[in-house]
Formats: sequence, C-alpha cells, structure tokens
Amino acid sequence: MRFDLSDDQEFFRETARRFIETEIPVGKVREWHDHPDGCPQSWWQAAAELGWTSLMVPESLGGGSISGRPIVDLAIVADEMGRGVTPGPFMPTNAVADTLGRLGAPDQQALLEGVMTGEVVLGWAFCEPGGDWTAAHVAAEAVPANGGYLLNGIKTAVEAGAQAHHLLVTTQSPEGLAQFLVSADAAGLTATPQESLDLGRRFAEVRLDGVAVGPDALVGAPGAATVADVERQCQVMLVLQCAESAGLAARVLEFTAEYAFDRYSFGRPLASYQALKHRFADMKMWSEASYAAADAAADALADGREEVRTVSVAKSYVGDRSVELMQDCVQLHGGIGVTYEHDLHLYMRRATVNWGLFGTPADHRERLSRLLGY
Amino acid sequence: MDDFVYAETDPGELARYREEVEAWMNENMPRRDPVNPWHPIQDDDERSSRNRELQRRLYDGGYAAVCYPKEYGGQSLTAAHKQVIDDVSMDFDMPILFSLPTLAICGPTILEFGTEEQKQRYIPAWIKGDELWVQFMSEPSGGSDMAGALTRADRDGDTFIVNGSKIWSTFAQRSDYALMLARTNWDVPKHRGLTMFIVPIHHPDIEIHTIKMVDGTDEFCQEYFNDLMLPAENVLGEVDDGWTVATRLLFHERAAVGNASPYSQGRHRNTSAGGVEDLAAVARDRRGADVGRHRQRLGHLETLGQVEEMLSDRVVKGIEGGFLPAPSGSLVRLFHGLSRAERYTVALEVQGDHALVWNRGESTGAAGLEYLQRQAASIGGGTTEMARNIISERILGMPREPAADRDLPFSQVPRSG
Repeated sequence: MRFDLSDDQEFFRETARRFIETEIPVGKVREWHDHPDGCPQSWWQAAAELGWTSLMVPESLGGGSISGRPIVDLAIVADEMGRGVTPGPFMPTNAVADTLGRLGAPDQQALLEGVMTGEVVLGWAFCEPGGDWTAAHVAAEAVPANGGYLLNGIKTAVEAGAQAHHLLVTTQSPEGLAQFLVSADAAGLTATPQESLDLGRRFAEVRLDGVAVGPDALVGAPGAATVADVERQCQVMLVLQCAESAGLAARVLEFTAEYAFDRYSFGRPLASYQALKHRFADMKMWSEASYAAADAAADALADGREEVRTVSVAKSYVGDRSVELMQDCVQLHGGIGVTYEHDLHLYMRRATVNWGLFGTPADHRERLSRLLGY
Repeated sequence: MDDFVYAETDPGELARYREEVEAWMNENMPRRDPVNPWHPIQDDDERSSRNRELQRRLYDGGYAAVCYPKEYGGQSLTAAHKQVIDDVSMDFDMPILFSLPTLAICGPTILEFGTEEQKQRYIPAWIKGDELWVQFMSEPSGGSDMAGALTRADRDGDTFIVNGSKIWSTFAQRSDYALMLARTNWDVPKHRGLTMFIVPIHHPDIEIHTIKMVDGTDEFCQEYFNDLMLPAENVLGEVDDGWTVATRLLFHERAAVGNASPYSQGRHRNTSAGGVEDLAAVARDRRGADVGRHRQRLGHLETLGQVEEMLSDRVVKGIEGGFLPAPSGSLVRLFHGLSRAERYTVALEVQGDHALVWNRGESTGAAGLEYLQRQAASIGGGTTEMARNIISERILGMPREPAADRDLPFSQVPRSG
C-alpha cells in the first residue's frame, strides 16, 4: 500500500479492505469460481456503492474521485482486490467508463449512471487472436454502410465479454483506428465464454459478424486521436493491473512468511534457516519495489508526466517479480504449495494472467528500449 | 535521528526555495562538463583541493549541509529542502567527496554522541570544507563481523595507545580525521569491549598505504597504527560502549547508501558504467547481430534504474511516516548491489569485443574493467548477504543467526589463524 494516503483515502482503503474481508473472504472466492459471471450482480452493486465504479466518472456526470487523482484512488482498490484475489469486472468497466466520461456522446454518457450503481458492466474488445495488445495489430474492420458502419472481426481475451452490457470495440476504419460502443445484444455480436487460468475473472471471445452500428456509436474521433485514446485505455488497465499484482504478491509473501514461522523441520522453524531467510529478504525487496513501481505508474498517469515510460517500467518490473515471487513461495511451501486446496494458486493464477495481458514484461522492455531510441 | 525533525514542508515554500537555489547555483557553482559529466579528477591533490573549495562555496552561499543545526554551521532546514538542493545540483559540479562518509555518516554519529566541545570543534570544519573524514572500521581480519575488531587501544592514564590495522577507508591519504573502532577490553564479550575514537589521520605513528584495485584505481587505503597515542578526549561516546556508537554509524551508513539520509549533499551518479541512454547509443552504433537481445537487456536496465529510484523514495517516505522500520534502507542497499551487477554485465555485452581488446587511447575498455569489479557494489558498505540478514531479521522479524561468540569473553573467541 501507499505511504502518502490522505485521511479520506485511508478511510476509503480501509472500507474496501473490510468489505472484501467480510463480504468475500477467500472461501467465498472459491465458491464463486462456479458462478457463470464470476460474482453475483448483487455483490457487484454493493461494491459499486463503495465507489469502485464512479471514481473515473467526471463530477459533472455524477461521479468523482476522492483525491482529485482518480486513477490513484482506483489503484488503492486494485491493491486491495489483489490482496483478496477479488473477482468482478473492475478493470474493463473502469477503463471504458473513463473513456466514455471523457469522450462519450451524451447518449453514451447516460450509461454511466448504471455503471456507477453496478447495474451496467462495460467491456473492451481489443486484442485479437495471434495479435498483441497494441493498436497496430487491430485488424477488425469498420466498413461504412448506410450512413453507419458494419463491424467485422474476432476479439479474444475480452474481460467480462459475456457479462458486459456494452462493449467498446476497437477497429480499423477508412479514417484510421476507430472505437465504437456496441450493445451486447446487437445482431451479429456473439460473446462465447473462454477458459482462463484465473478462476475469478471471466473472459470471452467476441465475434462481430456484420454488426450494424449508426454513426452515433463512434467514441472519439477516428485516426490519431483514437490511437491516443487506446494508449490511454491500455495505461489505465496496466496501472490497475500492476497495483493488483503488487497486492497479490504482498499478500502471498505475508502468508508464506507466516508459514515459515509456524512450520518446523529438524526441530526449528523454517524462518530460522539462513538459506531461506535470504530468499525471503529478496522477496521482500521485490514486493516493496513492486509497490514503489506500481504507485509511481499511478502517479505518472494521474499527473500526465512521463506516463508511457513509467507505466512500462512498472509492468516490466511488477509483471516479472510478482510471478517469480509466487513461484518461490510455492517452493518454500513445499508439496502443499502445488495443491488445489492451498490458496496460493488462486493468487498465482491471477498474477500470471496479469503478467501476460496488455503486454508481457518482455514486450514492455522492448517498448522501453525503443523509447530510448534503440 | 532523534534530533532531526522530518517536518511537513509547504509546497509553495519549497517552490520558492528551488528558485532561490537554482539562481544561486547558476551564479556560483561550475556546471558539470557536458561531455564527460561524471569524470572524476584523477590527481588526488587536485581532487581534494577542488572538493574543499566547492564545499566552501556552498557554505558561503548558505547551501552546505542544510539539515545540520544552525549552531554548527548548517541551516536547520528539512529533508525536503535538502532534496531540492540535490535535484538542482545534478547539473553542477558538487563537492561529492564531502557527502560520504564525512557529512552523511561520520557527521550524524558525532551529532548524536559527541560532547558539545567535540561538536563545536569538528562539525563546522567539515561543513566549511576545511576537513574531510573517513571511517576506520573494517579490518584485514574481517569485513562483515565489525564487532570482531582486533585493533587494540590500551589505556594508560589519560591516553590510549593504539596498535593494529584498518582497511577499506576511502581516500584516507587526503583526508584529515577518522572515526575508529578499537578494542579496549578483551575480557568481556565482543560487543562490550569496543570504543569509538576520533583519530587525526596525518600522524607520525600512522602509516597509510593505498590499495590498488582490479580496475587500477587506488581510492581505498589500509592504515597501520604503531603505538599511536590518543588523548581520552578523543573518545566518542563512552569507553567500552563503542558498539552503541558503531550501530548508529552503520544505520547512518545504510541510510546514506540507500539515499535516505537528510545529511548527504548532492547526488551520486547512479552508475559509473554510463546511463542506459549511453549504452543504447553504443548499441545503435553496433546494430546488427543482436538487436532483439539488446532491446530486452536495455529495457531491463532502464527498468532497474527507474525502480531503484522509486524504491528509494518509497523507503524514505516509509521510514519517515513510520510505515517501514528504520533498517529498511537495507532494501535499497540490496537492490542497488544486484542491479549494479546486472548493469555492468549488460554494458559488457553491449560493448562486446571492444571492451575486451581495444586500441590505445580508446575508452571502450572501461566497460570491461568495470565488469571485473562488478561485485564491489555488493560488497562495500556492508555486503548484500548482511543486507539480507537485516531484512529477514529486522524487517520480517525472523530469528537471528546463531553467534558462537556472543557470550564469550573476546579473548577466548576462536579466530582465523
């Protein structure tokens, strides 16, 4: 967690933690693995009541942040959700709400009221099979027809794709990259649930077979402006993902250290062996550094200061270290660490999915290198 | 530090201070050489006199060691003010020799344990650039086990007679005073028989030898004491209670190395292997075979460099706010040692053959020499192994390592041949 929270932010964080601990302890997380939507709608609405979906919505539309830096406040929730491996369509709903709040037409912004109560879930159909998480790889097409567009293409790993009431779809159009807000029940749109390592979140493949949309479905201006919008959406996702992975890793380190104190071998606790203590020291360093990087990324995006570089630094570090930390914690647990019964794998599942979505650490290292002119 | 207040500082006041510092530095301090901004002066005398002169300039301007109390030559300002000076001074030539260990390590230790006479005598002299200090802590018999010191100081009335040897003191041959840990009582367990002394370095009974390092530099020294007589007034703290003083000195050292000290002055360069931008430029020149691999490695280095600063900021804030325990500077120390090793390895890869065999007069060999000395960053200032002990024991609360010598009188402790 951050060390610079205001009293209001600290209260907000504490409320989120208490809500997660009482409403959805890890036992319940496991129960909800069998829920088709990952969590009951009523629970998501209760979470929304705490402000989890209204921080990115402008005040003029009924939303508002706690600190004036919405992404920082939202990252506080992401950290707590990581600590609790909490399900819910948190990331895509907020990333798309942010875009609609900034660029949406009045009709589109009208949806935000439902988003803020938790009744409306939003998804972002971006990545495509065989492609990567960059605008350059988008091949789905928006073909002008009858004054509007016909959308064709296949999107994969669309978080909450089958739960979302509306999907933001990123396409190529004759005017360049273009995004459309499409209702989930539009003719020609099918969302098929996919399997995922993460048992809490839900993903879907979304097929667009000649989905007809009017010109009013466009979000933002096609072309360079949309390329920037997509970049911003990626950054929001990455900041939340890094905050969550830092929280996941910190929690795993905590319970693994507790285990090392409680578990005796050869008449002494595991925590007394220097070979293991030194590994814990490395992991503590990774954990604190992960928080440092995740928080710096949220700050950079909030302040519009070197956010491209800082977000990639955070992903390249946190993505990498969070999963390494967890594999090491499995090793320190021994056999129990690779059983289904133990909670560790729940955290590792989430962290591993976070590792890859929106670019692997290696992708972001490559990106950093190009930013350096190499 | 007990007597240092991490006061909240008004952002407006800091912005105003920044303008003031910028204006003053532009007017009074030389800019770094833009071609070779971090190239240290090779000649020891020139380096020493240059640093003393620059320190004096800072003092005259009121920007030297600003977190020190006014009565000893400082400005009684906050850590945030010091941060402003460090930020602004990145573009200027700073008297970096004074920062470590004089101002940031020996300094706060004397502030904490010195008598009023000692503080009046020594502190203003270093803030004004008159006297440089070093540490006489490590001994040839062992680095990490500092409390196992074998240098002896035998009391004879109001004097102590010192015999033995210290090692790894930086730039001692051009410095003026040292803090020295010596054994004054051999009949008690090791931590209870040590005393900290203030030692004038240029003394006929101290022999100083420089140590040539793998890369050819000779900053480090070894000292031999031959019946060196020290007056009792040179004791810092209490006789036989030197370990209490040393513990705090080590704390200040870790804070300083972890960039968390309010008493340091000016920022040390992140690396001597060149910034990642420089390496990217080298890689560009050599573009061809390994573009993909170099991209990964350069991106990785950029990540480590940035995250090290982020972690350092977090640890400073965490300790200030009471979120992290005081020994958390060891997290930064560990990160630094490991990232430095990776940096030198990547620099070597990027330079390739040119770092191994080069034309006379070219500088590409530097990356090779730095690689040979790569582990120095994981050894000096407390090894990374000690940092891992501190993190696991004092941050995570894990059981301490058993010590075979803990309750034995020191004279009975087994030691290496």
